[in-house]
Amino acid sequence: MQLKGDRRLEAFRRMLRIRRFEEEGRRLFNGGQIPGWFHTTVGQEGAIVGASLALRDDDAMTGTHRSHGHPIAKGAHLQALMAELMGKEGGVCKGRGGSMHFADSSVGIISESGIVGGGIPLATGCAFSAKVRGVDQVTLCFFGDGAVNQGTFHESLNMASLWRLPVIYLCENNGYAMTTSVATSHGQPDIALRAAGYGIPGEIVDGQDVSAVYQSAAYAVTRARAGQGPTLIVANTYRFDEHNIGLAVSGEPYRQVEEVEAHKRDRDPILLYRTVLLEEGVNEETLTTIEHEVAQAVTQAVQFALASPMPRPETLPDYMFVSTIAH
Amino acid sequence: MDVKDDTHRDAATPGPHIQMTYFEAIVQAQLEEMHRDERVVLMGEDVSVHGGGKLIECFGKNRVWNMPISEGSFTGVGIGAAINGLRPIVDISTASFIYLACDQIVNQASKLRYMTGGQIDIPIVFRCCMFSTGSEAAQHADRPYPLFMNVPGLKIVSPTSAADIKGLMKSAIRDGDPVLVFEDTRLWPLKGDVPTDPDHLIPIGKADVKREGEHVTVVAIAGAIRPTMEAANYLIEEGISVEVIDPRTLKPLDYEAIKMSIEKTGRLIIVENGHRICNVGSEIAAVMAEESFDLLKRPILRLSAPDIHVPFSPALEKDFFPTRDSIVGAIRRLL
Ligand SMILES: Cc1ncc(C[n+]2csc(CCOP(=O)(O)OP(=O)(O)O)c2C)c(N)n1
Ligand SMILES: [Mg+2]
Repeated sequence: MQLKGDRRLEAFRRMLRIRRFEEEGRRLFNGGQIPGWFHTTVGQEGAIVGASLALRDDDAMTGTHRSHGHPIAKGAHLQALMAELMGKEGGVCKGRGGSMHFADSSVGIISESGIVGGGIPLATGCAFSAKVRGVDQVTLCFFGDGAVNQGTFHESLNMASLWRLPVIYLCENNGYAMTTSVATSHGQPDIALRAAGYGIPGEIVDGQDVSAVYQSAAYAVTRARAGQGPTLIVANTYRFDEHNIGLAVSGEPYRQVEEVEAHKRDRDPILLYRTVLLEEGVNEETLTTIEHEVAQAVTQAVQFALASPMPRPETLPDYMFVSTIAH
Repeated sequence: MDVKDDTHRDAATPGPHIQMTYFEAIVQAQLEEMHRDERVVLMGEDVSVHGGGKLIECFGKNRVWNMPISEGSFTGVGIGAAINGLRPIVDISTASFIYLACDQIVNQASKLRYMTGGQIDIPIVFRCCMFSTGSEAAQHADRPYPLFMNVPGLKIVSPTSAADIKGLMKSAIRDGDPVLVFEDTRLWPLKGDVPTDPDHLIPIGKADVKREGEHVTVVAIAGAIRPTMEAANYLIEEGISVEVIDPRTLKPLDYEAIKMSIEKTGRLIIVENGHRICNVGSEIAAVMAEESFDLLKRPILRLSAPDIHVPFSPALEKDFFPTRDSIVGAIRRLL
């Protein structure tokens, strides 16, 4: 199961859509047009897109506080996402969620959890529902290396294994949870090895290689759909930005500048894949056209977001309940 | 960024003082107590981000422990260690994460002394900070202290000045029972005079009158002290004098201090950022209605966050928590 033909271009396009969307978002955040906290996935696009492309449109997904990339990788429109960053009425969550919570149900995302590890049981439950209902939907569950240390990870993987649930646990292992490295927080730093404890397959993949991630995820999806149960995939990747934009970490740096620069230079998933595509015979012009289209889509998203109104104060209680309760 | 704390009277306590922020005062309290008692250890995630950098420098890694993201269990690890000879400070960081630690705090820490017939002690501090008004959205902006007030066996503090957080943090660390410290991030940057005496403690369970007044008593909880003081200042020009009480400790509450005040003013408002149902205001109002009904000239009012989750959008968050204007309005309604 390889990325082939136009799917390769789609992989390139989606990674680029995430990158440009976040670069623009970061600029607006620094300019004060986006409130709250801003966590980018810059550097991690290969892992996110590779895995998402292995899904069908009707498959489900859960994600994390580093939420921007997940819906974009699954094919979401950018406008409502950009508007959400600004807390606008036209935002995908109507301005109730913001940057950390890009749960775009139009592409099958049921949750982007600001609580680390909070989405893992939800993904498991999502897959549980598919099994109970007898449908062949699969759920892809994104989480970070830090989340692996939550009890929810352990408890969920056990249940998923026990009931052979159609779920793929995709760890975006960027090496750090905020300022805490995997080495200083995991008794067993090889996260994939944990799978054996639950009796499920666990594998490591180069998260900077979008096609490698695709291949591994596509295999896991096939297994899951065939009723053979969950897989744990650890995509080794790297976050190019600070944990969140503007976070000041006092004292000893937790990672060296050289380490960050080397990753940006040699391990950028988009640059790496661009080179691969050219080597595979895709012409430069095709790629620049995509780059141009993506830039345009981001510009349009910003225009849409700026033009969208703020939610009106009287709408504050909206979306609390299905059936309205008087306040 | 440092902000001058104009919400508090200058401390009248004698003895040497030093200016510091509320945030620095928390770190200073821990520093002094860790010097004083080597059983005190700090456990938390990314401790250097949350003010622990200085503590690592001073005490090294056997006293300051960086935790994996495992709140449910490292809280219990702290409790177990407290039972067996340490006096841990467990830093849960954002208060919304305390839900993950709830079981260990409620089912173990709060109950074990009682359930073992007093055979064990649990000298432990759970520290966490409450965000509001910064578009953190609902999973990072809770103020869960009312939940814990409903649990027997816990002491809860949430002071509002640099001097008070230092004094109460130190009392919490020296206390023999589980104490929850809820910091309000709106207060972190506020500067104030803080006593340098390492044995200057603020007792748990004692309120403080932050401003004396004649016409109405406003009890302000945690970060709500800021708009409350603004409202009090604003009303001076109209000749309305507001008495502001900061309970500092939420459990046990200092009902006597509130009673003494309403004996004078006959009017009571409680202002807090917690959600409206079953919050501190509910409790104070109930007790005052039960025990001091005759002192009240007017109904008790409560201002709080509504029974709705904290929205991300600044447009919705702007008036979500009590503001100077909503407090001024409430005071006017009572006069
Ligand atoms: C339950 C909980 N604890 C702590 C935090 C604070 N926090 C936010 S992100 C983060 C690090 C997460 O690391 P990881 O899972 O590796 O994801 P990454 O940020 O690297 O994408 C922490 C500790 C949180 N949001 N939720
Ligand atoms: Mg990580």
